[in-house]
Amino acid sequence: MRYLTDRKRAVGLGSAKTGVHHFWAMKLSSVALLILIPLFVFTFGPMLGEPHEAVVAYFARPFPAIVAALTMIVGFKHFSDGVRVMIEDYVQGGKRKYAIILMTCVSYGLMVTGLFAIAKIAL
Amino acid sequence: MADVNRGNRPLSPHLTIYRPQLTSITSILTRITGNALLLGAILMVWWFLAAATSAEYFATVDGLVTSFIGDVILFLSLWALWYHTLAGIRHLIWDSGAMLDIPSAERLGWAAIGGSVILTIVTAIII
Repeated sequence: MRYLTDRKRAVGLGSAKTGVHHFWAMKLSSVALLILIPLFVFTFGPMLGEPHEAVVAYFARPFPAIVAALTMIVGFKHFSDGVRVMIEDYVQGGKRKYAIILMTCVSYGLMVTGLFAIAKIAL
Repeated sequence: MADVNRGNRPLSPHLTIYRPQLTSITSILTRITGNALLLGAILMVWWFLAAATSAEYFATVDGLVTSFIGDVILFLSLWALWYHTLAGIRHLIWDSGAMLDIPSAERLGWAAIGGSVILTIVTAIII
């Protein structure tokens, strides 16, 4: 007779595997975005349709550049974590892995492209 | 010993048999808006990259982004952004253990819908 407790049988099973890390990462990035999104909307928005020199001069200033860069980092991390949940819910089997890899690459690709652009404008 | 019940569990009712409710619609909208924001995000990154490249390239991309279709996409993205933000606040409230009863959840749902429309219009007027 084997003596298995309920806990021993449950450890390592379930959908979470890594515990609450994903939940906490989403919570952290969502609270950060609560501050960043309004700041970004009202700094990026008015620049749409403005002349090139005005846009470059504006995003060379510290505040708009830092807000835009932080929004890219936290926003695309949040997107990457969020789209992963959608894939895990709707895509099965091997396709799930490919979809998660693809969307993670897209997220970090867009994040770094945006950061490169802001750095080039600001520096 | 705990009972090991494999493959003989009751199946939960499928999504399709439920009448659409405010709580289910506002929940799926959170997911749709969050993922659809990728389109607006791609436009935003492209716009920044163009600004960092040259004045001519910026003129082309800025023209596309502020064209009629670009304006429609950005306006809808703005609504999606505010809706997803308010729905996210709703989740943070729920995570704290508060307002989980149905009347409160529905009140929060209407607040997210109404608030997102108001915020979108106000933002579009300011910008």
